[in-house]
Amino acid sequence: MKSLEELEKIREQAKDLINLRKDNENKTRIVVGMGTCGISAGARQVLLAILDEIKKRNLNDVIVTETGCIGLCKFEPLIDVIKPGQPKVTYVNLDAEKARQIVAKHIVNNQIIEDWVIPNI
Amino acid sequence: MKELSLHILDIVENSINAGATRVKISIKEESKRNLMTITIADNGKGMDEDTLKKVVDPFFTTRTTRRVGLGIPLFAQAAKMAGGDLKITSKIGMGTKVEATFIKNHIDLQPLGNMADTLVTLCALYPHVEFIYEHSVDDKIFIFDTGEVKKRLKDVPINHPLVLEFIKDYVDSNLKSILEV
Repeated sequence: MKSLEELEKIREQAKDLINLRKDNENKTRIVVGMGTCGISAGARQVLLAILDEIKKRNLNDVIVTETGCIGLCKFEPLIDVIKPGQPKVTYVNLDAEKARQIVAKHIVNNQIIEDWVIPNI
Repeated sequence: MKELSLHILDIVENSINAGATRVKISIKEESKRNLMTITIADNGKGMDEDTLKKVVDPFFTTRTTRRVGLGIPLFAQAAKMAGGDLKITSKIGMGTKVEATFIKNHIDLQPLGNMADTLVTLCALYPHVEFIYEHSVDDKIFIFDTGEVKKRLKDVPINHPLVLEFIKDYVDSNLKSILEV
């Protein structure tokens, strides 16, 4: 069983990376829709997949936040990707696997996955 | 909603939207009474009596994007389907408490689902809010308190990827040990 004592070790590991993680305007923001509609459609798994990819790829310049229902419930789970100096991109009908690919292609390689971007409504 | 842990996540979102800085989630499982009680108590801004009467109505919401709100009605429905009920008490300036009861072995009881995922989600999104999670199964109890975690982390934020990974394993392994018969 895990114990809180292990946090001391994690603190040591994490401390070195901390300066790189301070908030600033040059960071990419990922906003996950976490309203009732988002949660029931699977937003929690989408969020956890994004966090996992960020950890695996050691991305220090990405901030993950949430928003409530934006009134597009039938497109949930959805996320906004906001890269500094670029227009907001909204991805819709996501799942954990798609979310991982967005991190790899859009966040890391700067390639928007057009097929999953919100259609004109 | 497929699992109770998702309802809990949704109700806690309400607390945070109401300005809560401290949210206590408690799950109490009692074999003798064949009862499970889920309580979510916050120190948010609270509601007046008039609002309180309306919150179980799906056609009431404080949101402005749409005129329906399903979080509490869905949680109430999950409780009623499992032979239980949902009660909300609130006081302006004092906070709100949502308490749902369930018959533990009811055939329509939704699975609890992944509480570790719900707690990791909350710590990731709301690093400045204090969460206390207390889960008891008869006389066995597990308490997870973000205040205690933060004390040990000092200057390292609770939503650091390595910390979140730890929280997931920590909650998973401790819950497993109290849920084992």
